[in-house]
Amino acid sequence: MSATNLNAAGLRRDEAAERLALFGLASPALLLVLVVMVIPVGWLFYVSFIGADGNFSLENYVRMIDEKSYFRIFVTTFEVSLLTTGLCILIGYPLAYFMSCLPVRIANLCLITVLLPFWTSLLVRTYAWLVLLQKKGLVNSWAISLGLWDEPIKMVHNMTGTLIGMVHIMLPFLILPVYGAMRSIDRDYLKAASNLGASPTRAFWTVFVPLTTPGLFAGALMVFVLCLGFYVTPAVLGGGRVILVSMKIVSNIELFVNWGAASALGVVLLGITVLILWAASRFLRLEQIAGGGH
Amino acid sequence: MTETTKDALPISVRNVTKTYGKVFALNDVSLDIRSGEFLTLLGPSGSGKTTLLMVLAGFTRPDRGSLKFGEREVIRTAPHLRDVGMVFQNYALFPHMTVAGNVGYPLRLRNVPKAEAARRIERALETVQLGGYGDRRIDQLSGGQRQRVALARSIVFEPRILLMDEPLSALDKKLRDRMQIELRHLHEKLGMTTVYVTHDQREALTMSDRIAVVNHGRIMQLATPRELYNQPANRFVADFIGDSSFLPVRRQGDVVVFGDQKLILAQPVPDSPTLLLMIRPERIRLLREGSGEGLNLFAATVSEVVYQGDSFLLYARTDDGSEIAMRGAIREGTVSALPAIGERVRLSLDPADTVLIDGEEVRR
Repeated sequence: MSATNLNAAGLRRDEAAERLALFGLASPALLLVLVVMVIPVGWLFYVSFIGADGNFSLENYVRMIDEKSYFRIFVTTFEVSLLTTGLCILIGYPLAYFMSCLPVRIANLCLITVLLPFWTSLLVRTYAWLVLLQKKGLVNSWAISLGLWDEPIKMVHNMTGTLIGMVHIMLPFLILPVYGAMRSIDRDYLKAASNLGASPTRAFWTVFVPLTTPGLFAGALMVFVLCLGFYVTPAVLGGGRVILVSMKIVSNIELFVNWGAASALGVVLLGITVLILWAASRFLRLEQIAGGGH
Repeated sequence: MTETTKDALPISVRNVTKTYGKVFALNDVSLDIRSGEFLTLLGPSGSGKTTLLMVLAGFTRPDRGSLKFGEREVIRTAPHLRDVGMVFQNYALFPHMTVAGNVGYPLRLRNVPKAEAARRIERALETVQLGGYGDRRIDQLSGGQRQRVALARSIVFEPRILLMDEPLSALDKKLRDRMQIELRHLHEKLGMTTVYVTHDQREALTMSDRIAVVNHGRIMQLATPRELYNQPANRFVADFIGDSSFLPVRRQGDVVVFGDQKLILAQPVPDSPTLLLMIRPERIRLLREGSGEGLNLFAATVSEVVYQGDSFLLYARTDDGSEIAMRGAIREGTVSALPAIGERVRLSLDPADTVLIDGEEVRR
């Protein structure tokens, strides 16, 4: 063996062994993804192409195009998702900004209060809104006794209720990445802007907002995508008057026992979600959704 | 005098105090910065030099005091209305803008027409030798280039005062040395009143017209680099600027003595009960036993000799136990002739280099 190849074979073997060990460590996760993700989605895909007679058919997809009601459901789903996302931005961004201006200790306390609903059951939160918003609920009776309005306002079993509940539940998903982005901004940028002649308002819009848009975009995307498939809250607070894709899937299975139709809806929803994520990934790195940083 | 020099403004700081809890970040600081001057605030970290700069920029609100740019009182003026340029330590270049976007930012805020702005951006970039870099993204630039962009951004709107907060500290040594000279030239060219903060005494000596040495929120001494090095006002300044050895000396009637040796002086004796003799290592000369005579002679025993390539450093202990550091040049062939540890030597100091300083500890 020549001296220039000193230990070369051994070092290569070590490298290969290390790689194998890494793969070994990852294999449980890979297996899990295969069992709970790839196989069910594949099956869903398969079922969606099976017609009522048990043979291959496109009828489940054709129905979606033919029937106007399906189109309406998709429009409603997008409408609700967009409105929820918009409201989350309107409420969440200023809140995140406020928190990012506080000393870290107090901000952490605020963060806990933002996260608190996360640790409460989704169902509990949804029914709590039902109790609060109904005709003789807390909000109506207080508002009337305070003279804000005279007649009870219908705030539940309609779009208003659906949005209130969804915004409440989605808010943390927006606040967390936005807050993270805001915290990671070096305050010297704002000082520099101010030194160069920008009023606080000007500095906010020309420096702070652009620097936090990746976080905002990540949060908004997260909320929007989650909204597309949201079921419990809109089902309870919408009271059957706001019909989303997820509800149609449920009714297809529970009412009509039509797994093919339900699967086709699921596939289309999945396709749309993937499409949106793909489009978004051209504007931002998707890891920001997870990290919230830069 | 160039045209811009006329536009430079003097800065007057009067009785500025800033406390954090019980700690004085600035303790009744008064300072006059001349129009067009390059003044450096030099001090260790936590001395208050950055706080003073932040007061000038308007980012730190002092407890009391007055600050004037020219005739204008600005102590309560918001930072964005002060019209001073500032280079931040980390440059604070906006990552979402290009180089031209960054440099043009102050012009956009001032509603400068597009064509003129483009001209001024390019001129500012050329000034910092980055002509044609306008379209680059910030993350495509090296540290030195970022530094230049930050500089261009702070001068493009032609402020009459320029503040710099340790702008070179993130650069490697070679680049830093070059940028020091470059900044100095740029200052001569633009002529704006410049206040520069650093903890690097060599940087301060290289660049400044005058240096204010800051410690414990006070100005210890305000002088030209030469005065500061040769005639430090107190032990802190002497210690902070350059290396020195200090020997205890005392007044005996009209003369000053070290041990029982009378010192020959060329300068007046400071009016202080405790005196120290300051010896710069490069100013004291090594005499071998028996060779020529110096004027102030110190007999000592060599305790350490360090070879440093271009020079050697020698530590010697006098008979009363004081240590003297001495630096000498190394010439071909002298390496083997360096004194050995334990050898008796005589060190000689010219009266012009025999500097007495106030030995009182500086009050907090």
